[in-house]
Amino acid sequence: MNALAESFATALALIVGFDDRLLSVILLSLQVSLGAVICASLIGFPIGALVAVGDFPGRRLATVTLNALIGLPAVVVGLLVYLMLSRSGPFGSLGLLFTPTAMVIAQTVLIAPLVAALARQVIEDAWREYHEQLVSLGASRSRASLTLMWDTRFSLATVVLVGFGRAVAEVGTVMIVGGNIAGVTRTMTTTIALETSKGDLPLAMALGIVLVAVVFLMNGLAYLMREWSMRHYG
Amino acid sequence: MGVMRKLLLAAVATLALVSSSSQAADKFIVVSSTTSTEQSGLFGYILPVFQKKTGIEVRVVAQGTGQALDQGRRGDADVVFVHDKPAEEKFLAEGWGVQRYEVMYNDFVLAGPKDDPAKVDGGKDIAVAFQKVEKAQAPFVSRGDKSGTHSAELRIWKMAGLDIDKAKGPWYRDTGSGMGPALNTAASMNAYILSDRGTWLSFKNRRDLKIVVEGDVRLFNQYGVMLVNPAKHAHVKKELGQQFIDWLVSDEGQKTIADYKIDGQQLFFPNAKK
Amino acid sequence: MADSMVDSIFPLAMEGVSVARNGQRIIENMNLRLNGDARTVILGANGAGKSVTMRVLHGLIKPTAGRVTWAGQDERPTSQAMVFQKPVMLRTSALRNVAYGLKLAGVTQAERLTRARAALARVGLAHLEKRAARVLSGGEQQRLALARAWALEPRVLFLDEPTASLDPSAAREIENIIAEIAAAGAKIVMTTHSLGQAQRLADEIVFLHLGRVVEQTPAAEFFGQPRSPEAAAFIKGELPWV
Repeated sequence: MNALAESFATALALIVGFDDRLLSVILLSLQVSLGAVICASLIGFPIGALVAVGDFPGRRLATVTLNALIGLPAVVVGLLVYLMLSRSGPFGSLGLLFTPTAMVIAQTVLIAPLVAALARQVIEDAWREYHEQLVSLGASRSRASLTLMWDTRFSLATVVLVGFGRAVAEVGTVMIVGGNIAGVTRTMTTTIALETSKGDLPLAMALGIVLVAVVFLMNGLAYLMREWSMRHYG
Repeated sequence: MGVMRKLLLAAVATLALVSSSSQAADKFIVVSSTTSTEQSGLFGYILPVFQKKTGIEVRVVAQGTGQALDQGRRGDADVVFVHDKPAEEKFLAEGWGVQRYEVMYNDFVLAGPKDDPAKVDGGKDIAVAFQKVEKAQAPFVSRGDKSGTHSAELRIWKMAGLDIDKAKGPWYRDTGSGMGPALNTAASMNAYILSDRGTWLSFKNRRDLKIVVEGDVRLFNQYGVMLVNPAKHAHVKKELGQQFIDWLVSDEGQKTIADYKIDGQQLFFPNAKK
Repeated sequence: MADSMVDSIFPLAMEGVSVARNGQRIIENMNLRLNGDARTVILGANGAGKSVTMRVLHGLIKPTAGRVTWAGQDERPTSQAMVFQKPVMLRTSALRNVAYGLKLAGVTQAERLTRARAALARVGLAHLEKRAARVLSGGEQQRLALARAWALEPRVLFLDEPTASLDPSAAREIENIIAEIAAAGAKIVMTTHSLGQAQRLADEIVFLHLGRVVEQTPAAEFFGQPRSPEAAAFIKGELPWV
């Protein structure tokens, strides 16, 4: 137990001292996951809106599929993207393997279903409330989805935060497609994995603390945003 | 849907923005190497020297030897740098490598619990030590992951006259993991384990483990480096890769390797052929 | 505003319309003819089919049998609007909610805001134009819904129990606005639970019972001398709730 407390203390010292390695690794994590959640939202929101508002055969199958894809194991996604981007794979000539771009792509694939499924739920609930009025006013389905996406913007912002939290905390995809290269593709989670396996707990723990803090922050922001929007917009 | 297309373009633009901001170096090569080499800290020491001299950034992807060579076969690396001569020669024979250069060696050590149930402590013969471990059915952790270390372990069982597939029992723990995690497991189980000296020296979670057998010539672990064959993978950065190899076997590179120490102890012994 | 006598979209007619849901017939072989000048109020007990009838007329529900015609044509005119019992507002300002309807109708940006402001002024909400619509009171939101509908200058305004959720004074305000919209030339088709409201606003009553039209009578006659026993029972308050 003493070793634990010792690691904890050293970890805090690293954080407070703005250790260089710590900062570069944190920055990369945030960049990759932010890029991924933006791409995932740009893809996922329209898909979610389409399934929520649309009237096509297989709509219910699409809903179930989206929900099921949330549970995609990160390592499986990592493996799939690796095979795609490998030089022996279909997109090898892009030379993207072992770069931060590959990590963004892999995380986008991982969290796009989550973002789409949650967006679908949000927009479908709003559609239930609004659809008679919107149809009465003459909105087509595509117009209605755009209107609903804007109207539910605060809930959708919460979805973005949830997606970001999931991305920044995962290790399976970024480890495989990034290769955990020092100074290039090493993120908070891959560093924790590496340092733990080396038995070097203080750095791993410091990053663990930062990671948990980031996730807490995301959830706090989501909560505050919900409160604020309820008060101001109803 | 015009809107959908615009959103897709925006997604691609975001991707481009992220990639341009985080990739700085123009000259870089990808080297696939092993976790034990990476975790010993050697690369952290020698690569900045090389980069300062040539401006080439070396990006190391670390995994087990088997996987490192497979990565070379797939063309996802420019250079492979591992420590398993038979596997390397097979790689070369299959035409995946251009030429094999010997670079350095380090050694393996047998680590074990302080209370030493197999009574091997202080011994100088590794094969005898392995026999004693098997006889005592003392807990033994194996990497089991196609790594250079794993291959060495299997060779020693053969030297000890044992068919480990038949002889293994509940005392033999096949973890299928890298050196660090395997050491973690051994430390928590109070088991014997074969480790490279470099990882052992940087391993901080030793608990009750210590080195029990070392110095046997058969524990020496030779490293070799090869350029991935551009004839098989045209995109391989052959000039930059060759520059790295040339530097590793040069006087300067060899001296840099020898200068790397942990706690005053040299880990790698350069032995490139002149 | 729309002319009352020679109107290209009236009469609004239902011909043999049935609507079934989950095997249950809600409206049964309904025939109805509404012309463009009278203020029509649809009355009936709960479950008589008033709401569904309104939605079929407005085009929100497709009948399972029969058809709806406007001046004998199948084409549904766009110049109609509906106000629901619970006002549905977007998460934006009162002004923008009114402007949204105009945007859908293809009105240019500059003209949108002008017309929206004028509509807000007519319902007495000009001072609240920047307020978030969903934080307004129930009565204010319903007035806003009327402003949104009115801004579109519809030929027909449908209202489904517009004051059912409001207190009496707010309800009166709504009634006044409805009367103004009617006076400006729009055809009103409305349902209500309140006999008093029907008496105040209606020119003619359409009385429904169990999914059929039982009576279509000028209002004064209906309340004084209803033609059907069901209507008489309803007015006396004796009609069993279905």
